[in-house]
Amino acid sequence: MSDTRTMNMIQAINSAIDVCMGRDPDIIVTGEDVGYFGGVFKATEGLQRKYGKTRVFDTPITECGIIGVAVGMAAYGLRPVPEIQFADYIYPALDQIVSEAARLRYRSAGEFTAPITVRSPFGGGIFGGQTHSQSPEGIFTHVAGLKTVIPSTPYDAKGLLISAIEDNDPVIFFEPKRIYNGPFDGHYDRPVTPWAKHPASAVPEGHYRIPLGKASVVRAGEAVTILAYGTMVHVAAGVIADTGVDAELIDLRTLVPLDIETIVASVEKTGRCIVVHEATKTSGFGAELSALVQEHCFHSLEAPVQRVTGWDTPYPHSLEWAYFPGPVRLGEAIKRVMEE
Amino acid sequence: MIANRERPGEPVRHVASKEELLEFYRQMLLIRRFEEKAGQLYGLGLIGGFCHLYIGQEAVAVGIQSALEVGKDSVITGYRDHGHMLAYGIDPKLIMAELTGRVAGISRGKGGSMHMFSVEHGFYGGHGIVGAQVSLGTGLAFAHKYKGDGGINVAYFGDGAANQGQVSESMNMAELWKLPIIFVIENNQYAMGTSVNRSSSEDQLFRRGESFRVPGIQVDGMDVLAVRGATNTAVEWVRAGKGPVLLELKTYRYRGHSMSDPAKYRSRDEVQAVREKSDPIEAAKRELDALGVGEDELKALDKEIRKIVAEAADFAEESPEPELSDLHTDVLVGQY
Ligand SMILES: Cc1ncc(C[n+]2csc(CCOP(=O)(O)OP(=O)(O)O)c2C)c(N)n1
Ligand SMILES: [Mg+2]
Repeated sequence: MSDTRTMNMIQAINSAIDVCMGRDPDIIVTGEDVGYFGGVFKATEGLQRKYGKTRVFDTPITECGIIGVAVGMAAYGLRPVPEIQFADYIYPALDQIVSEAARLRYRSAGEFTAPITVRSPFGGGIFGGQTHSQSPEGIFTHVAGLKTVIPSTPYDAKGLLISAIEDNDPVIFFEPKRIYNGPFDGHYDRPVTPWAKHPASAVPEGHYRIPLGKASVVRAGEAVTILAYGTMVHVAAGVIADTGVDAELIDLRTLVPLDIETIVASVEKTGRCIVVHEATKTSGFGAELSALVQEHCFHSLEAPVQRVTGWDTPYPHSLEWAYFPGPVRLGEAIKRVMEE
Repeated sequence: MIANRERPGEPVRHVASKEELLEFYRQMLLIRRFEEKAGQLYGLGLIGGFCHLYIGQEAVAVGIQSALEVGKDSVITGYRDHGHMLAYGIDPKLIMAELTGRVAGISRGKGGSMHMFSVEHGFYGGHGIVGAQVSLGTGLAFAHKYKGDGGINVAYFGDGAANQGQVSESMNMAELWKLPIIFVIENNQYAMGTSVNRSSSEDQLFRRGESFRVPGIQVDGMDVLAVRGATNTAVEWVRAGKGPVLLELKTYRYRGHSMSDPAKYRSRDEVQAVREKSDPIEAAKRELDALGVGEDELKALDKEIRKIVAEAADFAEESPEPELSDLHTDVLVGQY
């Protein structure tokens, strides 16, 4: 194992790309402002200097083109890691992701594949309003032929991103930007804690993988299972600490493929389940989780599965904290599910 | 072949009366002072999130919009929208209150800095998704033509936005259907940290419409009268039903892309040189001076504008936040 260094999530992501690029000359990094500027969140800082402009370069503002070109590169054997600057800008590229990247393998009977990793900051809590805060993961999990990965710590971000880049299928890698610089428990009025105080900020400098499709049990417990990913893992951990409920907190880490075994084992033990995400409720990934838990654990359930999510509205400009499914809403759901 | 096609004439710099130029000066100064204040309120935490200032580009919105008819024509732009609204005579109080996300804001605090609208003025926003407004503008132009209301659309976008696929798609449709639209590229030379020549194979952006037969005109966007002159030419062409025109305004933004951008991708000297050599407000001031408008008159005007801006800031600070129930309204026609 290589030396470890304290990293925030941005540094861990940067390190993952760096390590992969050093090992595989076919890896290319593209996107708006990723080269010269190093990315608006600085996730690709220094990579152009290190690997040159033919491997790390700026694109025009053309999301459809960015992804379409990446799919072509990938079909010919390269391994592009395009960045979509905010997940909110991914829609012009949806056609290329859904119609091309996700289906190339299937319709060519496995002859051609599109091993691209689309990195994109997503989620709210930064006062970004409707065009800088969305959580569109459910749109992608709905598409067969894509993997969807969402890390919640620097350590996981690096290991998962390396797995994603090395994976032979297209991966949507959503980075919860609210926790780039530190974990966030949903108490927006308290000072920000830096990652340095969190054990998962100790990140190996070198190569390691966290397998796609393996959840992590953040906290073992007996009373209720909480399923979360991204920022909401930390919100849930905060609520568990504040209320003292003996919850089992599972960080899904990858939505597709999903670690159903870990989920089932937990819910069979606790008999209660809460699903948490920032995205809107209707047809969100929580609906899928809730259905799966019901299908697999029906006889163990002692209460209906609860969903704690964003409201079914566009992400607001004002009233962000009334939208964000924070500690109060999660606390109420825990109460509800425990009272049944 | 191209030579045989009819084209709009060579634009002539607008000849403004003293009063007219003074009015342009007033509007440009209002935009600048308003933006400076918005920057301060941002620093104080009263404005949050994303906020893009128009400082340096004032001559573009003022020169173009002075040639339009409020209520008849329609305007649409991107997220750097405060200047266009002010140039259209929209109340600074309502704009500032939108920036602070208050209920008295022009979009009731629901849009914020990037997303503001005014039906009354035919101002169709304020759009955060780069390039999207250009196709919407094309649709607005279609509707003007369909309704036969004599109106035209002006769709503003940046040099960076010019590379979005839908911008090219829109130009093709607009020319094909001879729609009354002026495509306005505000070429401030940067899209965030990416300069034009690092993103555009043809950096003379006024040529962008050529293969669709959209005539393009390049304009000094730091000279309000040159802007107005070119707009006169474009408006005449478009109103006559001859189809779209593309204007490329060469301009410059003095501040970072947004409030969170330290603008390290360009040198201080570069910014300073533009400020010193081609500031649109200073240029208008020199011209006013030649027309006999004294320093005192301009000082009084500045004072008046500062007062308007200060009042807007107070209003924006004092107005309450939206009600919690507002979170769930305006999603669809009905409430749910
Ligand atoms: C579809 C989309 N992609 C990317 C962005 C992020 N973004 C916002 S502004 C901007 C730069 C745009 O530059 P330009 O069009 O030149 O306008 P300017 O900011 O200079 O006024 C970028 C990349 C966005 N808002 N929408
Ligand atoms: Mg620009």
